[in-house]
Amino acid sequence: MSIAATHDNVGVQANRPEPDGARPADALGQAHQTLELIVPGMHCAGCIRTIENGLGEVAGVVSARANLGERRVRVIWRGEDASPITEKLTTLGFESHGINEATDDLERAKSRELLVALAVAGFAAANVMLLSVSVWSGAEAETRSLFHWISALIATPAVLFAGRPFYHSAARWLNMDVPISLAVLMALAMSLVETALDGEIAYFDASVSLLFFLLIGRVLDNHMHQRARHSLAALARLVPDTAIVIGNNNQETPTPLARIPLGARLRVLSGDRVPIDGRVVAGESDVDISLVTGESLPVHAVKGAVLQAGALTLNGSLELETTAIAGESFISRMREMMTAVENGRAAHRRIADRVAGLYAPVVHLLALLTFIGWMATTGDWRDAVYAAITVLIITCPCALGLAVPVVQVVAAGRLFQNGILAKSGEALERAAEIQHVLFDKTGTLTVGEPRLENENTYADRSIAIAAGLARHSRHPLCRALVQAAKARGVTLAECDRVSEHAGLGLEGHVDGSDARLGSARWCGLAPISVDDRSVVCLTVDDDTFVFRFSDRDRPGIRTALTRLKAMGLDLGILSGDRAEVVAAMAKRLGIGDYEAGLAPDEKLDRVRSLSEAGTPTMMIGDGLNDVPVLAAADVSMTPMNAADIGRASADFVFLRDSLEAVPEVVEVARLARRRVRENIALAIAYNCVAVPIAMAGLATPLIATIAMSSSSIIVVANALRLQGKRRREVKQATVAKPADRMGVRT
Amino acid sequence: MNGLLFLIPAALFLGLLGLAAFLWSLRARQYEDLDGAAQRILLDDD
Repeated sequence: MSIAATHDNVGVQANRPEPDGARPADALGQAHQTLELIVPGMHCAGCIRTIENGLGEVAGVVSARANLGERRVRVIWRGEDASPITEKLTTLGFESHGINEATDDLERAKSRELLVALAVAGFAAANVMLLSVSVWSGAEAETRSLFHWISALIATPAVLFAGRPFYHSAARWLNMDVPISLAVLMALAMSLVETALDGEIAYFDASVSLLFFLLIGRVLDNHMHQRARHSLAALARLVPDTAIVIGNNNQETPTPLARIPLGARLRVLSGDRVPIDGRVVAGESDVDISLVTGESLPVHAVKGAVLQAGALTLNGSLELETTAIAGESFISRMREMMTAVENGRAAHRRIADRVAGLYAPVVHLLALLTFIGWMATTGDWRDAVYAAITVLIITCPCALGLAVPVVQVVAAGRLFQNGILAKSGEALERAAEIQHVLFDKTGTLTVGEPRLENENTYADRSIAIAAGLARHSRHPLCRALVQAAKARGVTLAECDRVSEHAGLGLEGHVDGSDARLGSARWCGLAPISVDDRSVVCLTVDDDTFVFRFSDRDRPGIRTALTRLKAMGLDLGILSGDRAEVVAAMAKRLGIGDYEAGLAPDEKLDRVRSLSEAGTPTMMIGDGLNDVPVLAAADVSMTPMNAADIGRASADFVFLRDSLEAVPEVVEVARLARRRVRENIALAIAYNCVAVPIAMAGLATPLIATIAMSSSSIIVVANALRLQGKRRREVKQATVAKPADRMGVRT
Repeated sequence: MNGLLFLIPAALFLGLLGLAAFLWSLRARQYEDLDGAAQRILLDDD
């Protein structure tokens, strides 16, 4: 559960006019406004009804419409303050947060443009093909001419309109879209000339069906990005963008982060995240720093303690004096390091572009040779141009254009079924090449949540009382106690007059007796172990119980590591934790290569030196301190419960607990690479046959169309082989794997 | 040939009708929540 307090910020963000046209202002003179919220918890028809009916009751709400696929609610309302809407959602039991609408609208417009282009190309392809079939089967000259003119009327606007996505990207630099655009436009131009001259052959059909096939690839590719983006948005927690500043006369005012000066005094309420780095000047609280350092147990912050932005106060409010301004706080420094190193990744050239770099010059050279050859032998320039353009059309990388995106979409779909989000197809290409895998320890190799050790040795009553008290606290150890009690089916004891003392523990009354839960000191015992932060004591009257906790390994860790080793990858641990802890873990898991006590920039150096030595490296980590290294690694992966900017910078996010996601990604990426290579080989083989025919001037529009369609279909069918294997696996996995925690459908 | 004069416009008209219907449904946001549409048929009051 993230922070309920974040809801207050939403109202400010959303204030967009309704795209369906201006709505009339109502009697009060207030125009209707639209608010879009992400509601990650929505997953069924019942949720839709609860949300829509519930929001309909809120004053000022005109309509509420839930979008299940994107986990959003769109509310049309009037008024000044949107907080009743988010509060209502909270009381209905749904967490919600606002979204960045500018990028959202842009993406939406892009996918809509692609769909419209696909529809237009599909319409044109179907109708032109209808006319072409009769021309191919030998229509009379008059009919042929008429049909060519009708085809021209349909194809010309369609090609100019539907091909825009390709022309735009071709105009930027030499990629696969250059030969595509050239072929499509040349085919159109030549066909128009032929039609005007009452010629026999026109390529309108080839031109539009080419676009249609290629647009299918684009739409699929875009769909993959959209899905990853929506799932990520649903995971995101809203970063507070205001903080409460305490003025000179102790007046508290919410202030945007950017306007908070160095040395300002801030109030951080219990349960809020620290917005800017600062030193505690008053108050005390246990503070969860797991997002910042990956350390799973809270630290106790008292006067003088220095806290970094992103830390979460658990049980007390704090007064901080800022030691940085918003742009210089820990989060911002991490973000800067991240953007600084991210450029390194641009060095990777996508397979499609690498092929295009070789393919396009060869094809254009062949077309030129054909033209020269025909000029030399026949001297007829029209025949020569005609043959050269036929070469361009027949070599148009239709199959190549589909070869890569279809494979990657299928691969990403397969990963998604296994609870892994792939951000881009390019990430899959990079993941196929890695040789070295580096893990962070806390939160990555381990779950990052403490769990009660030897739970069965404790008496039911002691757990019932301890959990009854623990229920009143957000401390991770308390949550672990409650979880253990629930897992055992113990009814939690009723406690009253419970109070929490930061850094010490809880006290309360159970069945008329006093009970204390917390540190050994709090319960009047001698210190129990060196690191007694993972021990909780309970005293009821004179009875004393000691509960021990430990962080547990991520499930599937051993099989994951074995599979990775079997794939010939080198494994290593880069941790910020103490050396002896890391060494013990590395020894237990059989990982020889580990380094402990590393600061974020030291981790960065390790990964960089590996990359520079020509060893593509994958980094798996979760904390804010891992963010720069995630961005610097050739491939990065992060669990679902990582920091927001960590998830934003990682290539893959795994939504389930199991670490088996890591070998799964590498395996699927390698399979995808093999399919891509096969597809490219198929496409080139087809060209080796087709090009001589075209150069000899023997290719008719019928041959061109059949060759192009069949090569595209073969390529797509080959890509779908990746999926065929998945279906069988999923059948087995539905029994074996735990339910997806986020409710992202599989 | 006379048949064609009638049939070709008819075919084009039907094709355009299909295209228009698709563009309309796209504009009417019918493709924005395919999962939701599948679930909504289970609601009585909708």
